[in-house]
Amino acid sequence: MSTVYAILDNPATKWALLILGLVMPLASLLTWAERRQSAMMQDRLGPNRANIGPIKLKGILHFVADAIKMISKEDFIPGNVHRGLFALAPILAIAPVFIAFSIIPFGPTVFPHSFGHSLDTFALAADPSAPAFADSIRLQVLQVDYGLLFYFAVLTLANYGGTIAGWASYNKWALLGGLRSSSQMMSYEVSMGLSLMGCFLLVGSLEPGYIVSAGVTTKMTASNPLNWLWLWQFPALVLFFTAAVAETKRAPFDIPEGEPEIIGYFVEYSGMRWGLFFLAEFIEIVFISAVIASVFFGGWQVPFLDADGFRFGGHLADINGQWVATGGWHMPLPHGVVIALQLAAFGLKVVLLCWFQLLVRWTLPRFRADQLMNLGWKVLLPCALGWIMLTALFQLLAMQAGWL
Amino acid sequence: MGGSHAHDEHDEAPAGPKVLAVSKVSPKVRTIAVVRPTADEANYLAAAKTGLGITLKHFLKNILGKRRPADKLARGEEVQGRFYNDIETIQYPEEKTHYPERFRGLHRLMQREDGNVRCVACMCCPTVCPAHCITIVPEEAGDASVEKRPAVFEIDELRCVVCGLCVEACPCDAIRMDSGVHAEPVENRGDAIMTKNLLLDLSKKVGKDPSSIATQGGEGPDWREKR
Repeated sequence: MSTVYAILDNPATKWALLILGLVMPLASLLTWAERRQSAMMQDRLGPNRANIGPIKLKGILHFVADAIKMISKEDFIPGNVHRGLFALAPILAIAPVFIAFSIIPFGPTVFPHSFGHSLDTFALAADPSAPAFADSIRLQVLQVDYGLLFYFAVLTLANYGGTIAGWASYNKWALLGGLRSSSQMMSYEVSMGLSLMGCFLLVGSLEPGYIVSAGVTTKMTASNPLNWLWLWQFPALVLFFTAAVAETKRAPFDIPEGEPEIIGYFVEYSGMRWGLFFLAEFIEIVFISAVIASVFFGGWQVPFLDADGFRFGGHLADINGQWVATGGWHMPLPHGVVIALQLAAFGLKVVLLCWFQLLVRWTLPRFRADQLMNLGWKVLLPCALGWIMLTALFQLLAMQAGWL
Repeated sequence: MGGSHAHDEHDEAPAGPKVLAVSKVSPKVRTIAVVRPTADEANYLAAAKTGLGITLKHFLKNILGKRRPADKLARGEEVQGRFYNDIETIQYPEEKTHYPERFRGLHRLMQREDGNVRCVACMCCPTVCPAHCITIVPEEAGDASVEKRPAVFEIDELRCVVCGLCVEACPCDAIRMDSGVHAEPVENRGDAIMTKNLLLDLSKKVGKDPSSIATQGGEGPDWREKR
């Protein structure tokens, strides 16, 4: 049995489960959801026809039809393109996003031997190596101290996909699109990293798993929504969301694609090669939702659901240097139920944030290239820097006063 | 649909820039106040919030609301009630928009009692047709009371402008434009040409009486004997 747990605890297994179980289904469904949601926002019906016999499901099967269409389309490569780079670019666009998912904590640590009964958190804090807590599985592929820095570093590589696609296509518009893509990524990468700096200061860690399981202060339990960063770092949430939407290269920041003036870096692509760029965009939406959910909205935490069940009005007790929730009104739940609820909460948060990104994409008009650069360098960057100082000042005062 | 756009700004006099000072040397040289957007108007976040609110309202209403009855939607009728959504789509093959009462549709050829075509190939309709879409090749009818009949009677439905002049021109009520059906979609242009037999059979297809109450020549086939 422990071999099974060891296989499940293998990072490759967890990564495959995350990608195949959450990311790909969600990204595929988003291709349908985007058209359907935009239709609903514009008083239309949207795609509702695709069916297998009588099974219609309000048109959800459109994504299957799209996939079949794109895979079976002719793989056309125009003349004069750099064949190697032309083939490499879509892969470079999509691979980093998959890799970046490894830092996302999509669930808490699972203790398989406690599935049937409520988790004894005090015993766990006192002796984590006890046989009752053996074979634990942490539902996060890569738990490293540099956490979100890994995300910034890896996702920047996705930019090479667009730029190389524009370069390899032997097309001036594609090249312009590729250059626009890299300039936009560079500009917004700066504000994106800096906007999260206040969160790092406040929590004291770059690791999203730690941010989720610890919360801001030890005065409240980590599952208390008031202890999540959205309240403490609301301006950072707005800044990060803006910069992150710009990173996905979608409206209102779709300058690299720029449909009215240039078609963008994938103008020469067709079939599934183009589909990979398209899919990469949607996976980035899912990824950014996952990051925002983890950093600002408590990730897999269900409001007031601690590791051993629902608890209202509890506090944290220091056991062997570990903070354990205790006291208050407590409703014990089996460990398995808690895990299921928390996984569902993470999925729900990601879906809601994806929905919000689609809402933004279909509401706001696109920026001009110069407005985009102005917003990035003259608004977001100073705001992010100012917010870091404010946060640092707040933290200094709060620590001196003993609030945190 | 929406009645909220009632306040147009047409009735207000066009306000020029506010003049602060006029030069004594030349009255054309003036100092005017520049109208800058107010902080509210220039604030992107506030405008974005308003926009998101509008789209969110539409989204929720269309998701939660009930679709208006298709037949009323097709006629463009207002449907009262809070729980209906705003979706305007009419799903074509299953639901159709309401057609005007004077909608004509395809031509059909009328028949005599014996099932023969009423047309006497007088060439009035190809003559009057502004689109030149009617082709008639006459032949001897072998019937002294009729004299001629069309060997070929073809209408190119791609060229027809549905003006109805052929119906007006016809002296013996042989052609009518009241079938109320569209030309069928075709893959080749030639398939859009309706031949005599197709035009004769259309009455049965759309469920209309193919016989005309008008008597041939006004007095029936034996009008010569009656004289």
